[in-house]
Amino acid sequence: MAIDPEQTPRAKNGRAPDVMTPGGWVSMREYPENEEVDFVIVGTGAGGGTLACKLAEAGFSVVAFDAGPYFRPLEDFASDETEQNKLYWTDDRIVDGDHPIKMGSNNSGKAVGGSTVHFAMVSLRFRPEHFKTRTALGYGVDWPIDWQDMWNYYDEAERALHISGPVSYPWGPKRGRYPLRAHPLNAAAEYLARGAEALGIKWTETPLATLSAPIGQSAPCVYRGFCVTGCSTNAKQSVLVAWLPRALKAGAEIRDLAMVGRIETRNRRCTGVHYQREGEWHFQKARNVVVAGYAVETPRLLLNSANEEFPDGLANSSGLVGKNLMVQLNQAAWGQVDDEIRSYKGPPSLAISEHWNYDDDKDFHGGWSYMSQGPLPITWAKSLAGGRNLWGQALIDEMARNNHSVGLKMVGEVLPYERNRVTLADDTDQYGLKIPRITFSLGPNEEAMIDHATDFMDKSLEAVGARERWKEMDDTCHLGGTARMGFDAKTSVVDADCRSWDIPNLWVCDGSVFPTVGGVNPSLTIQAIACRTGDRIKQMSARGEL
Amino acid sequence: MAETFPDYDVLAKRNTPSWNERTRDVIDARMAKVERPDILAERQRDTLRAVTARVVPQPAHRAPVNATALVLDKIGSDNGDGFRHHELPDVREAWARGLDAIDAEAKSRFDTGFARCSAYQQDEILASVQNGDVKAPDWATLPPKLFWSWRLIPDIVSAYYAHPSAWSAMGFGGPASPRGYVRLTTNRHDPWEASEQKNDELIPAKVRNRHGY
Ligand SMILES: Cc1cc2nc3c(=O)[nH]c(=O)nc-3n(C[C@H](O)[C@H](O)[C@H](O)COP(=O)(O)OP(=O)(O)OC[C@H]3O[C@@H](n4cnc5c(N)ncnc54)[C@H](O)[C@@H]3O)c2cc1C
Ligand code: SF4
Repeated sequence: MAIDPEQTPRAKNGRAPDVMTPGGWVSMREYPENEEVDFVIVGTGAGGGTLACKLAEAGFSVVAFDAGPYFRPLEDFASDETEQNKLYWTDDRIVDGDHPIKMGSNNSGKAVGGSTVHFAMVSLRFRPEHFKTRTALGYGVDWPIDWQDMWNYYDEAERALHISGPVSYPWGPKRGRYPLRAHPLNAAAEYLARGAEALGIKWTETPLATLSAPIGQSAPCVYRGFCVTGCSTNAKQSVLVAWLPRALKAGAEIRDLAMVGRIETRNRRCTGVHYQREGEWHFQKARNVVVAGYAVETPRLLLNSANEEFPDGLANSSGLVGKNLMVQLNQAAWGQVDDEIRSYKGPPSLAISEHWNYDDDKDFHGGWSYMSQGPLPITWAKSLAGGRNLWGQALIDEMARNNHSVGLKMVGEVLPYERNRVTLADDTDQYGLKIPRITFSLGPNEEAMIDHATDFMDKSLEAVGARERWKEMDDTCHLGGTARMGFDAKTSVVDADCRSWDIPNLWVCDGSVFPTVGGVNPSLTIQAIACRTGDRIKQMSARGEL
Repeated sequence: MAETFPDYDVLAKRNTPSWNERTRDVIDARMAKVERPDILAERQRDTLRAVTARVVPQPAHRAPVNATALVLDKIGSDNGDGFRHHELPDVREAWARGLDAIDAEAKSRFDTGFARCSAYQQDEILASVQNGDVKAPDWATLPPKLFWSWRLIPDIVSAYYAHPSAWSAMGFGGPASPRGYVRLTTNRHDPWEASEQKNDELIPAKVRNRHGY
């Protein structure tokens, strides 16, 4: 009987699962707990998994922890929305504020590979000015990193993920070709394209982290459309498939089903992490600790690690840990057409327009992009029930018209506000750790952007003959902020190298370092930052600056 | 409404390359689920069954969806999907209190339990929960609109649309791994997808896909 990866760790005894073969294994180096490893990394998602690879390849000893299971997609993943709930972070979290955020499947993964195991693969670069919104555009705060610097690391990430994209990308500075050709459009994407052309703006095939040609042991995408519930064919270039096999090969150890509960400090430096695995608490010694748990778990761990030296939590002399939580706006416009759309086929967002990231003629701050959509049945039923108050026979009948529904969904920039934040609640979870309380409210700027975007997307649908149009006004996606990078210790948590101002051997490398979130999906930027951080650590180490 | 996909059954693909082994296992197990008698009180289960029947009516000509059993399973697991609205209790308690309150609402309006009300009366009660204009005092500690939109609707709708009968009725392709799809563009479908009935005529894929159709 095979072991259940959700109950029993797989990465043990000198081997880790081979994600490319059912039942397969690859060898894995292991480090004893009392050996002080160079880097402990908490979280193996877009930030942590990428950095684990970079640091191991640079020759550092690395142990990367993930609270979630180590899946082999080919044997563990079903084509089924419900079963695949096992990919999400479903531990208890309390949400409040004027617009409480729906968590879980919407934005948080709990698996080796992090949220990229179930992400939609949209892989975009920020607009250059979005790294300097304060000085270039007059809102938000500047990043301490230059866009030119980021451009090199975007290149590196795009190559590592074999991004498939258009021959020339219509927006932003001139760039080289994408590694692989773009995927074909499905009907929903054709509708986006025709709508954009009718309104006189540009569109293109979406750059995606799923293969359009075979690479190594991965076969190309088969257009099955279950991407946000995990790719069972390994076409998707998640961190699980793209970075972690490299990390293992370079000598990193990965500990699955290992929840880090507290970071230990002595004499104002980290000494290692306490983690729970197989029902028991352990301690791993480390010279450096990197936190990469995403925008809720990262501040939660820093706050839960408060001790006598750091009574307000680690890296928190600025008081900013947990603050400036940002989501991205994910509102949509939908309509009915005579054509058969059947948007369940193919990756959900095969066409995109970034027009409104690059056009500043708007009466609000920030940018947004929009993409074609392909919701699976449960997601669509919840949209209809929530957005149009349908239930009973009305819901069933409307569901039966889904093959003629077509929609567009925005990814919109939310501004950083200190009142939107992650704090600790008094309740505890299954590990005995205090659970997070997530407080979120939209501001007038966000409301204005939502109006602008939903009106525009509605017009695009109208222009291609969609009828019975409606707007889905209540959806968010992607998290950011809560441990922002910046220029000084007073106004930020980490510096441009993701190193904490307060504790020199504590680092944060994930979506929480974003000072602003821009109007594109974040994961390529997170991976580019991780690539940069890896290089910076290597340089600093060579100069004896660690 | 007449069936849109009368000759289509997702389950017919169970033994084709559209279903991998893992998918077969989880869907077989799901369809075999019966109502657990150890979750909630009997009266609450009766109410839940009646609520489910109104919120997601059974498909007309297909095997019934065991939505109540699936919701009970979820209540039993007490798994809240990773977030809890600060004004609502945990899954199990929210459901127990919510079902009691719906029953109490039926009594205050129609002097009988929810399960014994007519379909028309039941819909009126459910609409009052949805809109928040409730009468029963039980709602004082459970905001009806939040219970409706954060618990009742997502849980029931997710259970119903996890079942192959519901997928077949809406013409959804269903499981699709390792074989995905070939024809992605407007008005095209693969032979293993649902053909749609239009003006009483069923146009199979091989006709539909002919050039110039
Ligand atoms: C449905 C969906 C679709 C998406 N689509 C896109 C898209 O198309 N394009 C895009 O760019 N982005 C997309 N995203 C967002 C993207 O996946 C995330 O922004 C990104 O993965 C975040 O990276 P991260 O490293 O910050 O965190 P994650 O990738 O979430 O990784 C964090 C990891 O840390 C682990 N962890 C947390 N705390 C602990 C702890 N204390 N101990 C041990 N382990 C811990 C978690 O288990 C998790 O595996 C999508 C997200 C979702 C949910
Ligand atoms: S559509 Fe492609 S990327 Fe998405 S799940 Fe299927 S094979 Fe994987």
